[in-house]
Amino acid sequence: MPRSDTQIVGLSRRTWLGVLTIVVVLLVWWLLTSVTGWISAVRFPPPKDVGEAFKQIALQGYGNGKLHQHIFHSFKLVMMGFGVAVAVGVPLGLLMGYSRKAEALINPAFLLLRPIPPLAWIPLAIVWLGLGDAAKVLVIFVAAFVPSVINSYTGVRNIDKPIMEAAQMLGIRGFKFVTDVLVPGAFPMIFTGLRLSLQASWTTLVAAELVGALYGLGSILNQGAQDIYPAMILIAMVFVAICGALSTALLGYAETKAMPWRSERVTA
Amino acid sequence: MKASAKDMFGTAKLSLIGLMAFLGIWYLVDLSQLVSTKFLPMPHEVLLKLIELFHIPFAGNLLQDHMMASLQRYFWGFGLAVLIGVPLGLLMGWFRWLDDVVTPLFDSVRFIAPVAWVPFAALWFGTGAGGPTLIIFAGAFPPCLINAYRGAKGIEVRYLEAANMLGVGSFKTITEVLLPAAIPSIIAGLRIGAGLGWLSLVGAELIAASSGMGYLIVKGQAAVATEIVMAGMLSIGFVGVLIDVAIRKMESFLLRHRQN
Repeated sequence: MPRSDTQIVGLSRRTWLGVLTIVVVLLVWWLLTSVTGWISAVRFPPPKDVGEAFKQIALQGYGNGKLHQHIFHSFKLVMMGFGVAVAVGVPLGLLMGYSRKAEALINPAFLLLRPIPPLAWIPLAIVWLGLGDAAKVLVIFVAAFVPSVINSYTGVRNIDKPIMEAAQMLGIRGFKFVTDVLVPGAFPMIFTGLRLSLQASWTTLVAAELVGALYGLGSILNQGAQDIYPAMILIAMVFVAICGALSTALLGYAETKAMPWRSERVTA
Repeated sequence: MKASAKDMFGTAKLSLIGLMAFLGIWYLVDLSQLVSTKFLPMPHEVLLKLIELFHIPFAGNLLQDHMMASLQRYFWGFGLAVLIGVPLGLLMGWFRWLDDVVTPLFDSVRFIAPVAWVPFAALWFGTGAGGPTLIIFAGAFPPCLINAYRGAKGIEVRYLEAANMLGVGSFKTITEVLLPAAIPSIIAGLRIGAGLGWLSLVGAELIAASSGMGYLIVKGQAAVATEIVMAGMLSIGFVGVLIDVAIRKMESFLLRHRQN
């Protein structure tokens, strides 16, 4: 039921309730772990431990590196796998969407590989490329590739027929057809695909680093689990979330820049 | 315009060529000995290994027993995600205060990749069944909640006004107006959640489990038995498709009275 949003001191009721909830949760966390001790520090870390863990990893380092080095390393791998997947996947999806023949040719192999969850590629990537960065980039590529193809394909299929016919009638073909008709027409779906690809990339990276890595946020998780260091695990989780949210936000920004004609901003 | 029989035949022919080309390149790479068959076993070797895994145990179990172990965890995790996510989403769509309270909490945890819960799952549940269940839940829960919420929010206001005018209470409005209206959106959420849950299951079993499909392929990797890894990947993909088909069947059953 539509109700008007009452304003209190310039902020909406929604914001106030949101802030209040977070504060209450932090308070409960502090009470349960630090004051009453009902939750032992081995199960879930008290706020003080988390602060110390943060200081330790940011200043002295933990698990082969300092926090910013781990983050940078994870970001680098995600961008490499994601970048190659987009560079290959989007054109392939556009081609499959435009040409029935290309679709018929490529689809069988794609249908065979598509249902395999990207995380199931991790053991294969390790057999092929070992525990280094190359295996991670391969797995991220696989994870990001499928949504890029599918959504670009759907984007082309959803372009209004009259637009395609008009382009044909006006004699637009070749490179110009791709840049002026196909890509702008499929843009919204392409970006949907990129968003899904990016999320899949982060999930897959974390899993791949958990299985075995020297650097990266996933390797902090792994190290923290082995050392039974809950505070460090929590720090790693928080930064996994921040990195995922940050890269999604960057993509959302790119989307509004790339499609200024769409006034409504799409959120993840 | 209906595709003519000739067109259909042409498509089928091209698809066949595509499939042959895929397998042909695979064989060629093997036969040219660019890559050792140890790392890229030939397609028929993978299939034979797949059949063999049904009657010769690997990593402690037969393939079907690994699959059952995975499915058992999966139905616990996914079931919990649906049972909590869908009602909570509907309630958030109806009660404004609940929306205001839950949304910030939900937003602050939804960007944590489900597999990132693995270390805590291990701390809290040890090697018990609770660990993988938690990971699957973490994967499947967000789409269940978000889609139920969006479905409830997207309802046409006149239905709610009609229910309100007829003196229907909150509970009945949710079960008899919001829920039916949100079904298509909820099912879409279940499909996404089912896929993410299946993915998370594999992740959980890769890292912390002693049975299941993820465990099977990770053991195959440790033994450098590429054909076992590939056979396991194929089975995981196949069952993932079956789960999706089952949900779509349920959708057409639930929506059988609707007209487009």
